[in-house]
Amino acid sequence: MNTDLWHQIFGFDNYGELLALVKNSIIAGALLGVVGGLIGPFVMTRDLAFGVHGISELSFAGASAALLFGVNVVAGSIAGSLLAALIIGILGAKARERNSIIAVLMPFGLGLGILFLALYRGRSANKFGLLTGQIVSVDNPQLLMLVIISAVVIAGLFVIWRPLSFASVDADVARARGLPVTALSIAFMILLGLATAVSIQIVGALLVLSLLVTPAAAAMRITASPVFTPLLSVAFAVTSVVGGILLALGGGLPISPYVTTISFLIYIVCRVVGGRRTRQGNNGRLVAVAAGRISR
Amino acid sequence: MDDRHSRLDHRSTEVTDPVLSLRGATLSFGDRRLWQNLNLDVQPGEFLAVLGPNGTGKTSLLKTILGQQKLSSGTIKFLGEPVTHGSRRIGYIPQQKLLEQGTPLRARDLVAFGVNGHRWGLPFNSRAVRRQVDGILESVGASEYANVPVATLSGGEQQRVRVGQAIAGTPSLLLCDEPLISLDLHHQRQVSELIDAQRRAINTAVIFVTHDVNPILPMVDRVLYLAGGRFRVGTPDEVLRSEVLSYMYDTPVEVIRSRGRIVVLGAPEGYGVHDHLEHHVEAPTP
Repeated sequence: MNTDLWHQIFGFDNYGELLALVKNSIIAGALLGVVGGLIGPFVMTRDLAFGVHGISELSFAGASAALLFGVNVVAGSIAGSLLAALIIGILGAKARERNSIIAVLMPFGLGLGILFLALYRGRSANKFGLLTGQIVSVDNPQLLMLVIISAVVIAGLFVIWRPLSFASVDADVARARGLPVTALSIAFMILLGLATAVSIQIVGALLVLSLLVTPAAAAMRITASPVFTPLLSVAFAVTSVVGGILLALGGGLPISPYVTTISFLIYIVCRVVGGRRTRQGNNGRLVAVAAGRISR
Repeated sequence: MDDRHSRLDHRSTEVTDPVLSLRGATLSFGDRRLWQNLNLDVQPGEFLAVLGPNGTGKTSLLKTILGQQKLSSGTIKFLGEPVTHGSRRIGYIPQQKLLEQGTPLRARDLVAFGVNGHRWGLPFNSRAVRRQVDGILESVGASEYANVPVATLSGGEQQRVRVGQAIAGTPSLLLCDEPLISLDLHHQRQVSELIDAQRRAINTAVIFVTHDVNPILPMVDRVLYLAGGRFRVGTPDEVLRSEVLSYMYDTPVEVIRSRGRIVVLGAPEGYGVHDHLEHHVEAPTP
């Protein structure tokens, strides 16, 4: 392999100094890993993976509008996200309707974003960063904003966790038991909009799924426990983002390919492990105890 | 046409306060009237089967009880109060619907939702709740697969777990929406006996919507039969008779009793229910 290319992809010169420079980014990345890992299992059980993609494109439109008009990019991104999340949440109660609404919204959002970026005369690195992620240099105010929004999402999820899980897997029964299923759904869409908006700041609009969906999908391949699923999903997401930032550091390339690749590899491993376990019939049935092997 | 069931209601209201009470209840969509002027009291511990062909408002009746469907006129009260949006005093067993593969949920988690799924916060359960869930799983014979992902359970196993979930909150009323559909005869009997046993254990009223009364015939106290915009309430012997059903369908219908089973013949085409019942007749008896 061409050694120059190799060094460009994996460079570790002056690593210690670089590390100090990106301390903020690593904190931000770890935080986003936690947010994405926690919200991911709900995205999966509520069948919203495509929804996340739709939200992220409108979030991109909002962010590029903010860039063009010189206002706070994160604020623009949040405005776009929340708008999309609420439209999808309110109009798309049924999966089929939801998918068509998302498919209608997504290209519109992407088109608007491209328009705003084309009109924008500033640094072009900012432009692509929104779509494909950036070698982040997160400054202190930006980090503070990420911390606050992430804290809101995590706290919100913790409060509605149990009824949201119930409503996500078994909406009919949850509604019969008097749970506010519709309100929970709207609340979740708001949290999802916020999570998407902050994730875009790091991995870019096109790659948000690698943070909000892939880690959860991987975790759900190897466990069905409602406690272990989010824990593993968080571990996978944090590993992907922080690992991606650390690997990307020396090469001067965007972090997103590193993040998405780690995330993808984790998924492959989990699929193989989960598939092997299914073939062995090791799914937690008590007959497995006799063989001394009970899995959760 | 209402004299028969009003007499019955009168008899039963003297015993206790009804769990569920409908007065002059009418449900129609546009000009299509599903049922009209329905008066019905369901007593604690009573097993009411709701029968009738598709599209006569059986599921709509359940939705009305759950507050998801408004009556066109009349009143409906649950435990003496007008119904609101669902209740923790109601256990609900939906039509068998296989949960999606990969759902992060084990059998015990589904039952735990029945205990405290309405509570805010993280899903960490106290030892007391875990013990309660273990007890419920045992009572419905699901201990063996307590830790198995729900999505990988068979249809019969899922329904057992659902019965466990529904009774977990010791409800006053158990609503069952075709819980036996697509189960084989063996599992139909098991699941219906399970529901019956739980009803006796906690004195829960059961409203059981079904297209085939035979699996539950031994346990049914009364039948609500819906057909052709009409309804009849009474014991199975009172309602499931040729002249009653012929009147309701407005066409000659024959009800045959054979070896403890009830078969309805000659109901108008398009009623999936009767195709199903005739199938039993034609099948060679072992």
